[in-house]
Amino acid sequence: MEELKELYQQVILDHNKNPRNFGELPTCNRHAEGHNPLCGDQIEVFILVDEDTGKIEDVRFKGAGCAISKASASIMTTLLKGKTIEEARKLFEQFHKVVTSDPSSNTDVINLGKLAVFCGVREFPARVKCASLAWHTMLNALDNHTTTKVSTEQL
Amino acid sequence: MSNIDERLLEIRQDFPVLNRLVYGKPLVYLDNAATTQKPKCVISAISDYYLNYNSNIHRGVHRLSQEATDEYEKSRKIIKEFINANNTNEIIFTRGTTEGINLVAHSFVRPRLSKGDEILITYMEHHSNIVPWQIVCEETGAKLVVAPINDAGELIFEEFEKLLTERVKFVSVVYVSNSLGTINPIEEIIKKAHSKGIPVLIDAAQSIQHMKIDVRRLDCDFLAFSGHKIYGPTGIGVLYGKDEHLDKMRPYQGGGDMIKSVSFVRTIYNDLPYKFEAGTPNIEGAIGLGKAIEYVNQIGFDFIIEHENQLLEYAQEKLSEIDGLKIIGTASRKASVVSFVLENVHPHDVGTMLDVDGVAVRTGHHCTEPIMRRFGVPATTRASFAFYNTKQEIDILANSIQKVIKMFS
Repeated sequence: MEELKELYQQVILDHNKNPRNFGELPTCNRHAEGHNPLCGDQIEVFILVDEDTGKIEDVRFKGAGCAISKASASIMTTLLKGKTIEEARKLFEQFHKVVTSDPSSNTDVINLGKLAVFCGVREFPARVKCASLAWHTMLNALDNHTTTKVSTEQL
Repeated sequence: MSNIDERLLEIRQDFPVLNRLVYGKPLVYLDNAATTQKPKCVISAISDYYLNYNSNIHRGVHRLSQEATDEYEKSRKIIKEFINANNTNEIIFTRGTTEGINLVAHSFVRPRLSKGDEILITYMEHHSNIVPWQIVCEETGAKLVVAPINDAGELIFEEFEKLLTERVKFVSVVYVSNSLGTINPIEEIIKKAHSKGIPVLIDAAQSIQHMKIDVRRLDCDFLAFSGHKIYGPTGIGVLYGKDEHLDKMRPYQGGGDMIKSVSFVRTIYNDLPYKFEAGTPNIEGAIGLGKAIEYVNQIGFDFIIEHENQLLEYAQEKLSEIDGLKIIGTASRKASVVSFVLENVHPHDVGTMLDVDGVAVRTGHHCTEPIMRRFGVPATTRASFAFYNTKQEIDILANSIQKVIKMFS
C-alpha cells in the first residue's frame, strides 16, 4: 500500500536500524526527557549550545521506541547541528506542519528538504505522537536550561 | 464445509461491521479483548428504546416510563440468571468493571481498613485493579501486596498462599489476564481466602465473555464485569455483590434514585440495588447488555469454548512457526488471547502495518505496565479472538506478520 510505503520509506527504516547521533552527550548544556505514556516510548535529548554564537554545536539522543519515533529523533539530530536556536525553533514549526497538516492539502515537498520523509505520517494520525516526541523534547530542552520531562499527553 | 464453518457463517451475519472493508481489505477484527463487536439484535434493542419508548425509569407514572423501567429491570433479571446470583438485588449496574472495583474499594474495603492492613492482588492485574487499591491504601495507611507470577505468566500459588496472612483484609484478583490470557485458579484462590475469612473480588472483565460464570458456585463476594466485552454496549457494566455485604455498605454516590426520602436533617437510602445506582442510569446500555447476554446464551458456551479454544491453539501454533516471534504468556490454561513481540520491530510499527492489511490488533502495554516490566518488554502486540473469528483470519494475521518482518529485515 502506497501510504504505508511512504510512512516506512527507506530513510526511516535506515535511521531506525542505524540511528545517527545515538547516545549521551556528557558535555551538553541543554537536556530534556520525553515520554509517551500510551506506548511507553522514552527519549532523552542532549544539546550543546555555544552560548556566544547561540549555535547548536552538538546534539545526541538516546531512548527506546518504535521505528517512527527513533528515526524521527535520528533525522532531527542530523538537521539540528550547526543551526541557531531560532533556526531550530523554525525547523520545529515546519516539522509540526508536515506531520499535522491535512494529507489532501498540497504540501510543497521541494522546500521541505529532509523533512519531506515525514509526509507519510499524516496518513496515520495514531502515529503523529510517535514522530513528534523527539521534537517536543528538543524544544523543551532548548526552553529550559535544566533537566525537564515532557509527556506527549501534555502537548 | 464442517458444521462449525456453517455455524460461523451464520454467526458472522449477525455482526454487520464484520462485513466492512479497511483500506480496501476485509476487516479482520482481532481486538476483542479491548472491545467486542455488537450483534444486530443489540443495536436494534438500543434503537428500539430511542425510537419507541425513551423515557426516564423508576419515576414517571406514564406508559413510556413504565415500559423503559420494565426493560431495564428485565435486563437485571437476565444478568442475575446468567451469573446465577441469588436475587436481582445483587446486580448493580455500573459504568463498567472499573467503576465496580472502585465502588467496592470505597464503600466496602476502605471503611474496614486500618494502618498496617493489607490488600492482596496479583502481578497480572489491569491498572483498574491496582490503582483503586492504591488510592484507599494512601488514605488509610494500608499496604498493597502483590502475589508474583512465573515466566509463563501464571500465578505462583504457593507465594500467594504465603502472602495471605492475617494482615490481609481483602483479596482482589483478575479471573483472566487481559494481556497474557492466563486463566487464574479462581476457585482455589477464593477457597483459600475464605478459609481465613477474607472476602474476595473477581475482576471478570476478560472472563465473562469466554466461560460460564456461576457466582454461587464460585462463592465470590464480589464480581465485576463490563458490558462491552460481552457484545453489549460501552458505558454499562455490572457489579455483583453478595447481598449480605451490599446491605451493610455505605452508598458510593449520592443523588436521585438512590434514596427513599430526603430532608436537610436526614436522608433514608433506598433498598438494594438502587442504593448504588444514583442518578439517571445508562438505560439503553442496560437494555443493550440484557440483549447481548440473551444472544450469548443463544450461541451457547459449549460452542464458544470449543471454537475459541480451537482458535487459540491454531493461532499459537501458526505464530510459533514465525522466526523471531515470541509469545508472551504461555500459561497452561489460557483464554483466546495471544500477546507477542517481534525481534527488532516495535509493536507500534507492527500494529500500523497489520492495520493496512485490514487486521485490527492492540499494541501497547494493555494497561498492565507491571506485566510489561516483568517480561522486560516495552509493549506487545495482542491478538484476541471472539467466537465470530475464523482460522482464515488467523492465516491473514500470520501472513501479515511475515510481511512486517520482511520489511524490517
